[in-house]
Formats: sequence, structure tokens, C-alpha cells
Amino acid sequence: MARTLFDKIWDAHVVADLGEGWALLHVDRVLLHDLSGARALQEVAERGHRLARPELVFATPDHAVSTAPGRTSETFAGGARSLANLRKRARETGIRLYDLGQPGNGIVHVMAPELAIVLPGLTLVCGDSHTCTNGGVGALAFGIGASELAHVLATQTLAQRRPRNMRIRFEGALPPGVTAKDMILHAIGRYGTAAGTGYAVEYAGSAVRALPLEARLTLCNLSIEMGAKMGMVAPDATTFDYLACREFAPKGSAWDAALADWQALPSDAEAHFDRDHRIEAADIAPQVTWGTSPEQVLPVTAAIPQPRSAGDRAALDYMGLEAGRPIAGTKVDWVFIGSCTNSRLSDLRDAAAVLRGRRVAQGVTAWVVPGSETVKREAEAEGLHRQFLAAGFEWREPGCALCVAANEESVPSGARCVSTSNRNFVGRQGTGARTHLASPAMAAAAALAGAIADVRGMA
Amino acid sequence: MQPFTTVTGIAAPLLWANVDTDMIIPVQRLVGTGRDGLGPHGFERFRYLPDGGDNPDFPLNRAPFKGAPILLADENFGCGSSREGAVWTLMGMGLRCVIAPSFGDIFHNNCFQNGLLPVRLPIEVIRRMAEAMEESPGNARVTVDLDRQVVVTPWGEAVPFAVDARKREALLSGLDEVAQTLQRADAIAAWQARDRAARAWAWDPVG
Repeated sequence: MARTLFDKIWDAHVVADLGEGWALLHVDRVLLHDLSGARALQEVAERGHRLARPELVFATPDHAVSTAPGRTSETFAGGARSLANLRKRARETGIRLYDLGQPGNGIVHVMAPELAIVLPGLTLVCGDSHTCTNGGVGALAFGIGASELAHVLATQTLAQRRPRNMRIRFEGALPPGVTAKDMILHAIGRYGTAAGTGYAVEYAGSAVRALPLEARLTLCNLSIEMGAKMGMVAPDATTFDYLACREFAPKGSAWDAALADWQALPSDAEAHFDRDHRIEAADIAPQVTWGTSPEQVLPVTAAIPQPRSAGDRAALDYMGLEAGRPIAGTKVDWVFIGSCTNSRLSDLRDAAAVLRGRRVAQGVTAWVVPGSETVKREAEAEGLHRQFLAAGFEWREPGCALCVAANEESVPSGARCVSTSNRNFVGRQGTGARTHLASPAMAAAAALAGAIADVRGMA
Repeated sequence: MQPFTTVTGIAAPLLWANVDTDMIIPVQRLVGTGRDGLGPHGFERFRYLPDGGDNPDFPLNRAPFKGAPILLADENFGCGSSREGAVWTLMGMGLRCVIAPSFGDIFHNNCFQNGLLPVRLPIEVIRRMAEAMEESPGNARVTVDLDRQVVVTPWGEAVPFAVDARKREALLSGLDEVAQTLQRADAIAAWQARDRAARAWAWDPVG
């Protein structure tokens, strides 16, 4: 029977059929961060269990650590205890920990592909909803809660209900200035923030096949913002070129064997998708959100829509916006380039390319937070940090930072921030903070203009 | 896990679509804390005024809804972050059951891990129950009976709901899922041995 990419990986990992669509799945890789990871390790220990397979578990602090230049683990005192706990448990259990300042440290969904911890055809979980990011290499990766995570650590398995299959095909060539971030925001705007609930989403079509690997990670990152725990892109030559020679990629004859397996993963031509959507890439313009849900998004050329519900009215009120006015030109106080969505080297290059010697507008606070220690070092080797610093950006240490404000780095109440992250929820970037999601290039354009601006007009 | 059989009490309406887990509990409250003591911070950005007093416009601040054991919610409740602290917070506020037309997937699973029952019902039924609660504050009651798989509305109608048999059994008995899975240790070891032979590439780099 014809199967999808998702079907093939799921079927290969069923340890036991639990009935009614439930299966006990084997989990090939586990990622831990300093909040949910430290807690799950503690829970496993307190309940008297051992880690089933510590060699399959990888940890990195990212959430509750300062990203201030020159930071230490004590700079954000509130997170220091979580990190100390993570270090202690990692030593006790023998799991690999990539600590602050070490190559490999970084935002968990940046470091995992970077080190090839995640590979095509693997199952991977993390106590973080943006684990779907890792599906960009052709893995089945999804976020879970702390209790499910403790279950995985103790058993290397997890009971899950099989989701249905959805495919979104992006066909044709992307217009200039339009990125993977715009593709996925456009899709969420079209289908809604709950469209993917209960589905695994495969992104396909010529525009996806043309995307570099890092852009595929961005595309998959916002799957959960469409309601889907799992998003994925079929592995191909782009994937294999990216992974080859990375730290945990198979080497030698193991690589050849892996490649043979990976080439069999893409969905069969006749495979059935319960929902199948098609988007013309040419129809996508640079996107920016106007509200407090990622589905409240529009092309930067559009006007703020008239409210259709009490929720829309509440969003406009919170965001301090007026229906009918163009979104472009809306004054901006902060710009954040970072997060597991858009903090990789290609993202920083995109943003730096927009700056071209110009300065951040007066009154705008602009941050670049590289996604990992390796991204930071590679960017510095290229001189990108000097371009950002010369333009008036802060160049910071890797971490989640302003995406989630867990380290109390936050946007002040009432301030407006163009952010390359993934959530524009009420209070997400700080109590009262107003978030507009956009691509790195659009964020750079907003920093220069001091207002939401169409990057295509900033040449 | 706390078992769940049946709950009867006030059902508090919070009919907002897309309530995300950041709204339920800001992440800052989950740094360096355990499961306990989160209840007072539930919905804190909506529930309190800047001076720390109760916001009278927040539905759950109104009598008799404060401390209600059942929440009546709207589409896509619990979307967003996977933080299980959202479930601990709701339980810390005294809730045992959330009734909504749909839930975020990860939140839905987290509920079952902790003994908070998520029930899916059509929005029309939820709206009607919300109206009944508002019309007769303090007197109207809702019963959620997991054993019979029905919600008994304030007007006495028993509305059936669907729930996975596995999850239902686990909630009714307060099952320890880890202990249950560890009984399959042999099957897991056999799967791993087979997989290691078939997909050495997946194991060797990290072994």
C-alpha cells in the first residue's frame, strides 16, 4: 500500500499496537532543555526509575539563561538553579550536556540539526512544542509535556495516537524578498491556527524542494502554530549535503547504509493524505502579524482588517492598532532577530544583507541573538557581528531570549516589537508587549525604518 | 496521578477562542518551581488589575465561578507551548475538568497525565450550558461522569462524549503509565535489538 513519509517513520517505530489507533512508539533521540528537561530528569529520579538509554539523550540550556554579552550561568539568577540541576542530573545519568560557551550549546532546535543529532527517519521528542522544527530534516519530531518526557526517559518509548496525514504543497518559485517564514505564516493565515490539530503535516512541492535545509527548519518550526505537533519535509540531496560530516551523522559504510534507507522515505506517489492543500508560491508576499494569534497575519502591503469577532477586537485593542490603516508604517520600538525559528547563519546573513551600512532608526532597540554557539562563531568569522554592531544592533549570546522571556529579558509593556520568533501571544515577549512576527529580512527593514516596512522597498 | 470518576459542581464560562498556555501561566512562573503553588498565578495577566486586585471583568473572578471545578471553554483551548505547568495551574485553581469544542494536542495529552479531564462537546452545547450557568448563578450544576461518559447539563440532559478507552481506564484507576510500559521491557528490548541490526546507522554514532 502506498504510504506517506509520516506513515513510513511511524510504522517503523511501533513497538506495540495499543488499539484504537494508539501505538507504543520507540523514541530514537531525546532532547532536553533547562526547564522541562531538568524537571523530567528530576521526576525520573524521584520516582525511582533509571534512564533507559542515556546515550540517546542530549541536553542544552537555552530557556532560562541570560543572553547578555559576557553572560555566565549566574547572570540570570532565576534560572541558575534549573541549570545547576540539569548539570547535576546530566553527570549522574551520563547524558551529553552542551553547556554555555561550548560548541554545540544553543537553542535546542538549532543545535540538534547542527550536530546531526536528528537524522532522517528517526523519531525525536523534547519537552518543547517547537520540536516540530526538527522535521525539516525528514524526521518524526514532536513536542511533549513533562510527564510524557519522564515516560520516554524511563522507557525509551511513548504511547501516542496516530495522527492523520496532511500535505501542503507550495508550487512555483518564491518572489524576491519572500522567505520560508512568509510561506508558513501565509499558510497559517489561510488555514487557521487549529487546522493542523490531530495531523502530521508534510510540506512539499517545488518551492519546498528549492529551500535550503535551514529554511525547511523554519517552515516546520511553525507547524505547532497551525495546531500540528509534527511537521516534516522529505529528505533529499539538500538534506544529505547538509548532514554529511556533521558530528553525529553516520560515517563511512554506515553513511551509505543510511542514505539507502533515507532515499526510500519520501511519500509514495499514490500515498493518501486526509487533507491536501496547494499554495502558489507566487501569491505570497512578505508577511507580518497584526494580532495576538499567528493566524492574524497579512501581507505587509495590506491594511489592518476589520474585526470579525470579539477575539479580533480584543487583539486590535491589545496591539494598539486601528482597523483599516495600512500595517506598513506602524511605529516600532524593538526588533528581535533570534529564536528557534530564525536564528541560524542563513537568517543572520539575510538580515545583515538588508542593513548595507545603514543605521537602526532612532529610538529602536534592536537585538540579534544567534541560535547557537556555533552560529555565533561562524557569523563572527564572516564579520556579520560587525555589520550588526555598526548598524546599532546588540550582538548577544545564544539562547531563547525575547522569544519566550523565560530569562526575564523582555519587551517593555506597551512597546511594539517586530520579532522573527513564532508566537505573538498576549504577554509572550513580556507583560503588555506587542509582537509582530516577520522574517529576518523584514525585521531588519523594520529596524532601519523604525516602523513596519516592506523589505522589497528598502533596496 | 489523581484518579477521575465523576465531578459535580459549578461550571465557569471562559468562552475565548485560542486560549494558549502562555495565557494560562506565564513561563516566568515556571522557572525554578515545582508543580505546586501555581494556582494563584493562573491567567494572572487577565485576572488581576495592575494594583494586584481582582479584575472584575475576568469571568472566573465573578461569584460563583471562582474556584469552580469545571471550565467551559472555546475552540483550540490550550494551544501553544507544551508546558505541563498549564495543567498544574488549572488544577491548582481547583479545576478537574475542561469542556471545549477542541484542544491543543499537547495540552490534551498533558491533561490525561495529571487527572484533569478534557471533554470535547459541540460549541452550541457549551454556549447553552454557559447561559444556564449565568441565568441561575449559584444554583445550576453540571456533572461530568467519566464512567458513563456523559455530561449532565444544568437542564438535566445527559450529553454523551467520546474518550479513548485507554485514557478513560487510566483516569478511572489513576494508573501509573511508566510502570505499565515497563512491563513491556522485553518487547522494547527486542525491538531495539532488531532495529540495531537493521539500522546500525541510527545507533552507532551516538552509542
